[in-house]
Amino acid sequence: MTVLAIAEHRRGELREVSLELLAASRKLADATDGGLHVGVVSGDIERYTERLNREDVDVVHTVAYGEEFNHDVYTQAVTQLVEAVEPTVVLAPNTVNGLDYLPAVAERLDIPIVTDATELSYDEHLTVTRELYGGKVETTLDIDTQQAAVTIRPGSWPRAGGTGDAEISAFDARIDESAVRSTVTGFQEIGGEVDIAEADVLVAVGRGIESEDNLEIVRDLADALDATLAASRPVIDNGWLPADRQVGQSGKTVSPELYIAVGISGTVQHVSGVRAETFIAINDDPNAPIFEVADYGVVDDLFEVVPALTEQLTRS
Amino acid sequence: MKILVTITETESVDTVFEIDGLEIDSRYLSTDLNEWDAYALEEAVQIAEDGGGEVVTATIGPEGVEGTVRQALAKGADRAIRVWDEELAALDILDPLTKATVLGAVVDAEQPDLVFTGVQSGDDVFGATPVALASTLGWAWGTVVNDLQIDEVAHVHRELEGNLEELTDVERPAVLSIQTGINQPRHASLRDITRAQQAEIDTRSLADLDLDVDAIASPIEQTDLYEPESEGEATIYEGSPEETATELAAVIEETGVIR
Repeated sequence: MTVLAIAEHRRGELREVSLELLAASRKLADATDGGLHVGVVSGDIERYTERLNREDVDVVHTVAYGEEFNHDVYTQAVTQLVEAVEPTVVLAPNTVNGLDYLPAVAERLDIPIVTDATELSYDEHLTVTRELYGGKVETTLDIDTQQAAVTIRPGSWPRAGGTGDAEISAFDARIDESAVRSTVTGFQEIGGEVDIAEADVLVAVGRGIESEDNLEIVRDLADALDATLAASRPVIDNGWLPADRQVGQSGKTVSPELYIAVGISGTVQHVSGVRAETFIAINDDPNAPIFEVADYGVVDDLFEVVPALTEQLTRS
Repeated sequence: MKILVTITETESVDTVFEIDGLEIDSRYLSTDLNEWDAYALEEAVQIAEDGGGEVVTATIGPEGVEGTVRQALAKGADRAIRVWDEELAALDILDPLTKATVLGAVVDAEQPDLVFTGVQSGDDVFGATPVALASTLGWAWGTVVNDLQIDEVAHVHRELEGNLEELTDVERPAVLSIQTGINQPRHASLRDITRAQQAEIDTRSLADLDLDVDAIASPIEQTDLYEPESEGEATIYEGSPEETATELAAVIEETGVIR
């Protein structure tokens, strides 16, 4: 069978998840001795194609139309590309933009879509593994159709390496401009006074802190360590800390020497943004996914452990 | 302006739970109004309060979800529609294209000016229904919206990864998927809760929406449900807060970050 992988780029850069997509696609194509086709739409397609031409890529289809991602253009181009290439599976990254067009492609072609795959296999039919309930449960789904659309979770496959000798094929997509009904007018970076990515020590606080007033105990801990205060999404959504403090997919990726997660459950969106040398988690839920990535943990009430820790550190 | 808001009840598993075959017994599950939908609802209610109009909710689910639907009514929705029948109940899973087909039929019947959805539901996290719904309707769409101004078009900020927002103008009518943090969802007053308890919920079957069972047939079959094996290697300290704090302080000192 043939697998078609649609690469992702943003503001002039191919996104690294595109290379993970190639690895996932290759594995799937290999399961049936099939071909790996890659699609790249808009922007500097020549430069992107050079990077996408990795080992075992058979064909790179390029669509020269516009610069930045536009979901109306992608929906039309990828729908036509699927009709032309006739892949068994069309894959895209499970990113904000991947989810912004692939469901429309699936709807137009009347093929099933499964998102956020963490494993893929093919044995007479496609089997997708994905998480439910914030990662506490996994499920497998069998899809018994001629074609399917799947988005893959970033960070779940290695990046494809090597240099390939793929055929480069310009695909003549017919873009109906009257069906382009959204216009990207610009980008805005969310900055602030603090760059948490630069910090050596981060004390990060999550939903478990319960109220803005309670932030005081984590501020005290951060002060005792001369650390920078960071947060997971719910704290930012509630307006308790500014957006420049957010760790995770939507916010910043951080790589401190020490990361202390306080009352953070550990969604994939959060933990994918942390590469700490030493990772400590304090949470009262023993099954919280944060303990899967932590080096050291305490399963207890943060309102007791955090002040006790601050006390210990201040004393020493 | 008339805005239709899709409302989902999400489930979360308790700290300790058991899986029986392909199901988790309901006694291990807690249900709530989907977090993203609460923001979508608030955004719609604020627009209706400021400029006039109506907010109608649409939910796919059995009678048991009416508590969640009433939460939405208490938080400012004017009317609620719930779609369910035996054919929907017989489905293995409600996949995004099936949901889009059913919700699309509700939109056709209601003819709102805009549709707001949450970005995703907290339990199955497909995140594909908003765009599939827009495509079903032939409408424009904007996803992961964390800032919204509406005039002839919808001016949206889309929250991309890595502290970056995309500024986009979306033609109307449109389906907009709303991200958490765009507003502060209100708490319902006791009076609103009481009023919502007595409100009529408009219940419709597939036949009421001119859909037949073939329209919702899904080729996706769930074959396994299990707890993932722990890959964590964390050293977990036990004891009183003083004891565990002492252990953590020793770990921190070992890292050499205290200068």
